[in-house]
Amino acid sequence: MSEEVKNFKVTIDNITLEVPPGTTILNAARLLGAEIAPPAMCYYSKLENSGGKCRTCLVEVAAGSTADPRPMPKLVASCRTTVMDGMVVKNITSEKVVDARNGVVEFLLINHPLDCPICDQAGECNLQDLSYGWGEVNTRYKFARRTFVREDIGPYIQLHMTRCILCYRCVFVADQLTEKRMHGIVDRGDHAAISTYISKAIDNDFSGNMIDVCPVGALTDRTFRFKNRVWFTKPQDAHRDCEKCCGKVTLWMRGDEVYRVTARKDKWSEVQSYDGKPGWICNTCRFEKKSASDWVIEGLTTISRYSVIGANKYKVKVTPETTIQKVMGGLKPNLLMNIHSISDVNDPDLHLSEIPGPADGKDFDIANEIDNHIDENPYEAENYNKEFMYKNLEK
Amino acid sequence: MQALTNRLKHVDRRPMNLWEKIYIPAIVKGMAITFAHMFKKKPTINYPEVKRRFSPVFRGLQILNRDAEGRENCTACGLCAVACPAEAITMEAAERQPGEEHLYREEKYAARYEINMLRCIFCGLCEEACPKDAIYLSETFAPAEFQRKQFVYKKQDLLIPHPINEPEAYKKALGNRAVKNSNN
Repeated sequence: MSEEVKNFKVTIDNITLEVPPGTTILNAARLLGAEIAPPAMCYYSKLENSGGKCRTCLVEVAAGSTADPRPMPKLVASCRTTVMDGMVVKNITSEKVVDARNGVVEFLLINHPLDCPICDQAGECNLQDLSYGWGEVNTRYKFARRTFVREDIGPYIQLHMTRCILCYRCVFVADQLTEKRMHGIVDRGDHAAISTYISKAIDNDFSGNMIDVCPVGALTDRTFRFKNRVWFTKPQDAHRDCEKCCGKVTLWMRGDEVYRVTARKDKWSEVQSYDGKPGWICNTCRFEKKSASDWVIEGLTTISRYSVIGANKYKVKVTPETTIQKVMGGLKPNLLMNIHSISDVNDPDLHLSEIPGPADGKDFDIANEIDNHIDENPYEAENYNKEFMYKNLEK
Repeated sequence: MQALTNRLKHVDRRPMNLWEKIYIPAIVKGMAITFAHMFKKKPTINYPEVKRRFSPVFRGLQILNRDAEGRENCTACGLCAVACPAEAITMEAAERQPGEEHLYREEKYAARYEINMLRCIFCGLCEEACPKDAIYLSETFAPAEFQRKQFVYKKQDLLIPHPINEPEAYKKALGNRAVKNSNN
């Protein structure tokens, strides 16, 4: 380097830091931490040209630069505005920003359905976090919300257009990660919708990453649909040798079953980078390796203590020593009640992770039938091959 | 040391006098108190025949609610289970199929829903957490049983009777509280 790059001095919420020229305000604020960084729904640092659409990252620029210290007349989108030397930015310290962001959240929620109890994204949804942080308790919107019919794009991905906030992230994934874009945004304005032309199935190897970049529950994993709530599954870091992708994933497990596979996320809920490259994962890893034996498990994923997903997850498990055997001279305690013999939930014979789509009533009826049959004929039970029975009954 | 309150009473440790030593007056005094209670109003009730009124905030056995058309409200969102401090609630969700619209209100429903009454502490947090108006704590006790396995309540045990098919049972299950609320 012959010419030394002069860093720009920028003040964000009264904290001054130096960043290289060309950095956006949002990325500069992210260096300061999650409390100061403006929220972003459409900007995704790993996708080129993303950002500038959702307006949640609006900030006030109180002084443009040292050369021209006039404030900018309007709030600017921090993901698309680069810093200048001597710039003074106000984020949460500005009343105008707080007011504008409340308004933006209200606009984003105008057409968003209140179906978090059904939505598989709930618990890890950026819009949910944003509306808890910035939204109003009640809606003022009195008109009918736009609704769309649910659509399967390909065998693995399901599109709920009703929930979409048109951030275009998935379009950028399709553009930049896969060779050929098969879906995009059709129509304009209020009628704009994500769709595939001629309902073409997306069979690109990296199409599954759309699920990870979607900030809401518009694009969800069909193999995980309704299987369990996110916070009841246990996230574990795992890896496998994959020719197509980095193979570093988070497994969302329950017991020994792998319910869902996603890429690992950083604290901005974006895909983690390894050696400067984003760790996108391929569809084989994501949808087809649903067995714990396919993976080398590294350990529990670290989860923010403020997230509901962290509830009841313990990194270190200490089992207290039982003294019954010592006191009773080696006698084992009687098991008074095996919960699986009574409870139907979490049936050890029913492997939800092996059902390709969402489970329906039939899957549970079959499991009940087998249980009843074994209860009635306990002598036959030893000779049963339960998996064989499942397949027979399914036919 | 300064006394914290002015209610300190010193124990009288003087030896008993003759009146106290003969003991009978103390017995008579005690018996008089006992007999006086015979003429007072009894605080106890004969339980199975007479039932005491429930407090308006009583938290009893859970019921799973249905809407006016008899469809199940529960969507298996898991908020009751995550709110439950005793981890008594477990569930498994399924997708509603075409033709089941009269059974379940939304596209997802609880295929299995269990409350382990051995664990439940009747705190009512499930009722508070429910976004779908689906679970309520009723004015009923969990009945006593002889075996542990009878305390695992399944969905069929918890569901409120169908309001159209069994209107009598439904009205009974709603209890006094619902009637009182509808009058207001």
